[in-house]
Amino acid sequence: MSTNQFNSTPITPELVKEHGLNEEEYKLVLEIMGREPNINELGIFSVMWSEHCSYKSSKKWLKTLPTTADWVIQGPGENAGVIDIGDGQAAIFKMESHNHPSFIEPYQGAATGVGGIMRDVFTMGARPIANLNALRFGAPEHPKTRHLLSGVVEGIGGYGNCMGVPTIGGETNFHASYNGNILVNAMTVGLADTDNIFYSAAAGIGNPVVYVGSKTGRDGIHGATMASAEFDDDSDEKRPTVQVGDPFTEKLLLEACLELMATDMIVAIQDMGAAGLTSSSFEMASKGGVGVELWLDKVPMREEGMTPYELMLSESQERMLMVLKPGCEEAAKAIFDKWELDFAVIGTLTDTKRMVLKWHGELAGDLPIDPLAEASPEYDRPWEVTPKQDRIDPASLSGKVDHIDALKTLIASPDLASRRWIWEQYDHLVMGNTIVRPGGDAGVVRVSGTNKGIAATTDCTPRYVMADPVEGGKQAVAEAYRNLIATGAKPLAITDNMNFGNPERPRIMGQFVGACQGIADACITLDFPVVSGNVSLYNETNGEGIMPTPAIGGVGVISDLAHHATIGLKAGEGALIMIGAATGELGQSLYLKTIEGREEGAPPPVDLNAEKRAGTLVRELIELGAVKTCHDIADGGLLVTVAEMCMAGNIGADVSLPEQGSEAAWLFGEDQGRYVIATSDPDKVLNAAASANVAAVIVGQIGGDAISIEGDAKVSVSDLRDLNEGWMPSFMADAT
Amino acid sequence: MKSAVILFPGINRENDAIAALKQATGTQPTLVWHGETELPNVDIIMVPGGFSYGDYLRCGAMAAKSPIMRAVAERASQGVTILGVCNGFQILTEAGLLPGALMRNASLKFICKNTHLKIETTTTRFTNQYGKGDVVDYPVAHHDGNYFADEDTLNRLEGEGRVVLRYCDANGAVDTETNLNGSQRNIAGIINEAGNVLGMMPHPENAIDPLHGGIDGRGLFKSMVEAVS
Repeated sequence: MSTNQFNSTPITPELVKEHGLNEEEYKLVLEIMGREPNINELGIFSVMWSEHCSYKSSKKWLKTLPTTADWVIQGPGENAGVIDIGDGQAAIFKMESHNHPSFIEPYQGAATGVGGIMRDVFTMGARPIANLNALRFGAPEHPKTRHLLSGVVEGIGGYGNCMGVPTIGGETNFHASYNGNILVNAMTVGLADTDNIFYSAAAGIGNPVVYVGSKTGRDGIHGATMASAEFDDDSDEKRPTVQVGDPFTEKLLLEACLELMATDMIVAIQDMGAAGLTSSSFEMASKGGVGVELWLDKVPMREEGMTPYELMLSESQERMLMVLKPGCEEAAKAIFDKWELDFAVIGTLTDTKRMVLKWHGELAGDLPIDPLAEASPEYDRPWEVTPKQDRIDPASLSGKVDHIDALKTLIASPDLASRRWIWEQYDHLVMGNTIVRPGGDAGVVRVSGTNKGIAATTDCTPRYVMADPVEGGKQAVAEAYRNLIATGAKPLAITDNMNFGNPERPRIMGQFVGACQGIADACITLDFPVVSGNVSLYNETNGEGIMPTPAIGGVGVISDLAHHATIGLKAGEGALIMIGAATGELGQSLYLKTIEGREEGAPPPVDLNAEKRAGTLVRELIELGAVKTCHDIADGGLLVTVAEMCMAGNIGADVSLPEQGSEAAWLFGEDQGRYVIATSDPDKVLNAAASANVAAVIVGQIGGDAISIEGDAKVSVSDLRDLNEGWMPSFMADAT
Repeated sequence: MKSAVILFPGINRENDAIAALKQATGTQPTLVWHGETELPNVDIIMVPGGFSYGDYLRCGAMAAKSPIMRAVAERASQGVTILGVCNGFQILTEAGLLPGALMRNASLKFICKNTHLKIETTTTRFTNQYGKGDVVDYPVAHHDGNYFADEDTLNRLEGEGRVVLRYCDANGAVDTETNLNGSQRNIAGIINEAGNVLGMMPHPENAIDPLHGGIDGRGLFKSMVEAVS
């Protein structure tokens, strides 16, 4: 075959470079092809080997993460992870980033992120039942922050609300390191029957390859390649690479797919996400060990004059690729006709193990499948250990702000202020099963028609990971675990969304390696494996990287919703008990940053064995019905935790001080592995803790309408709430 | 007691509606696809919430032209009890079964939260289980719930006792402070002249369960059941 018989575009070194392939990678392309590729084939190599699709910098380390447990049905490698939640049902979930597009075009970037992750979940046969999102923005004072926050929140709401899936939780951070690279990580949890889960491995030579959903347009071409490079000052010019979402079509696609999945017609199914038709067709063929012939002129097209190159690389949304059983085409098409969606047979499976692209009968490309999908480059990039920082000695605090004033400042700070402004723009009640709404430790939805609940949370404390990637990686997993426990759920598995800077810098690669190690350690000890995930690298602008942000999405199950816990204090509860030990860790704490103006020190270490003991104890107390109110101690420490419980329950509390040691370290230290619970029977809780070898101590009493410290220095709960609720609405009031 | 729930493409609270109707009537409602031209013989018809046709063009505008809406209008004229919630309210106004229109919220943002509502009349077939002036708590979840009608229409609605629900605070105060979406005169729900069609933005079907959104919404469904039995 001549090298360019079906395309006249000359393959120059510049063109290769524009496609994000370096010299060595291009050499490998020539080796695999045995000739010079044509432009269509070059485009396919470009997206398949982009960092975004190939995980070439990260996969060496991702392989070290624990991915198995008795309840794991499907670990990483499919569209989403699958866990058994009992009674013949499975939870299917994943978190995925849409960082680069959301910075360029916040509404559509965030919206299509939500649409993409929901597709990943319903591709597997699950109805999405909960959405969450983990968001990081630049400093509040940065001129773009309001615009980006406003657009991202509207985009998430615009898509998720229309889909009719409740958005039940998430987290939002502000830090200057995200000024040029915001993070938008969207998570979806779906519910399926364990005997009706769909996978992507194509099978059955001669079976039809079917395209359903929206028509293909020119949007999002090279999106995956864009997401694999740093930004510079001209990033705004990349707007045309951002996809445009249509949640109405996705809602129809969801209903049509679930209707088809209730029949027995599907062999394999895969959504068209990053790298569109290329990625979906190669993955399905590679997993099934078959070949594919695609008739690209049969692809439903939105615009005239589209080329094979554009059709293979478009990231138009709301599309699926399926392999059907032979003879099912008409019956399947009837379902998509009912939902007014395109349905087209665009190819067939072959035994060649090659991807053959046809355009009006002419050959437009011919590539081997496995070498592209499986033999993509894998790099062992050089990395450096992040130097350890010193523990902060409480004696170094200035101590010039009294504790109640510090509480008032913290609770109204961008880090801790209420996120109500955000989550009231999300429909968190649709489907009628939201049992714990946003604003608590984890969101909880009921499994429809049962008294079982699924709890979900997203967590990461980037400033800890920055200071110590290993401890920070552990902490992110431990906090997700703790947030699930605090609702009474048994934590089952996580999805990880690894957001980092440029992996070609050893310092950044060291953060990635360290975080993986910490995550792996925590997953093993806590029996909390990784079942799905996503990596987003090159989150840098002009050489400045983000704080390392391995966002963890955790999922757990509450076996009986009659016994679950919420953070709000309830009348009749007397004592506040702190579960878990504290030595007063102030390194990287919000107190140190906000009150003392110091962003430094070793983050609080995570004792995973103590974490597990404390978690098991708290969950058992909630399951027994002995505890109805629980909140984990996280950002801001003990006093902030108690204040949040008071505000949520509209009841005051008095907090006691330690007999010795730093008061500030006691009240504001961020020691890990801790919870505050409220109970009318403290002896029962203290005895249970003693027999479980878990530290527990009474730290206060509830009552009244103010928060006080040993009887004085009060602030009323309603004043504190005004401070806590006031910051974000007033910050966003002049959003444009 | 039979009921039906109309399903348009893009509707997403049909199962919430079904749960509430089932709880109140004791029987499973029939789900009717928008492309149908006939309705089963039922006592209650509910047009649920969501984003019919993606809210493209105008909320409810395209659904109002669906084949099934001719049948719904016919039943309305026959006096069948019809409840439209959220997008359902928008569809009923676009179909001309209720006066006025629902515009963008004054904040221009989607709002999902629980809100207090004042029961303005208990003589309707939707509110006979409540006391006059009762304050109930239902969630809202909408982007376009800002009720608008001209002054003459508003005066007529008021004069004929057709304003059924208004946004208020926990004490029943109805003022600009408690007007969550900018609606004229804090209007959250109205009935037609004959009194058999109610359109409302808040979601009583999401207030039927102590674990989910409280149980204040049960009264509205029970009222319909009492009225037609």
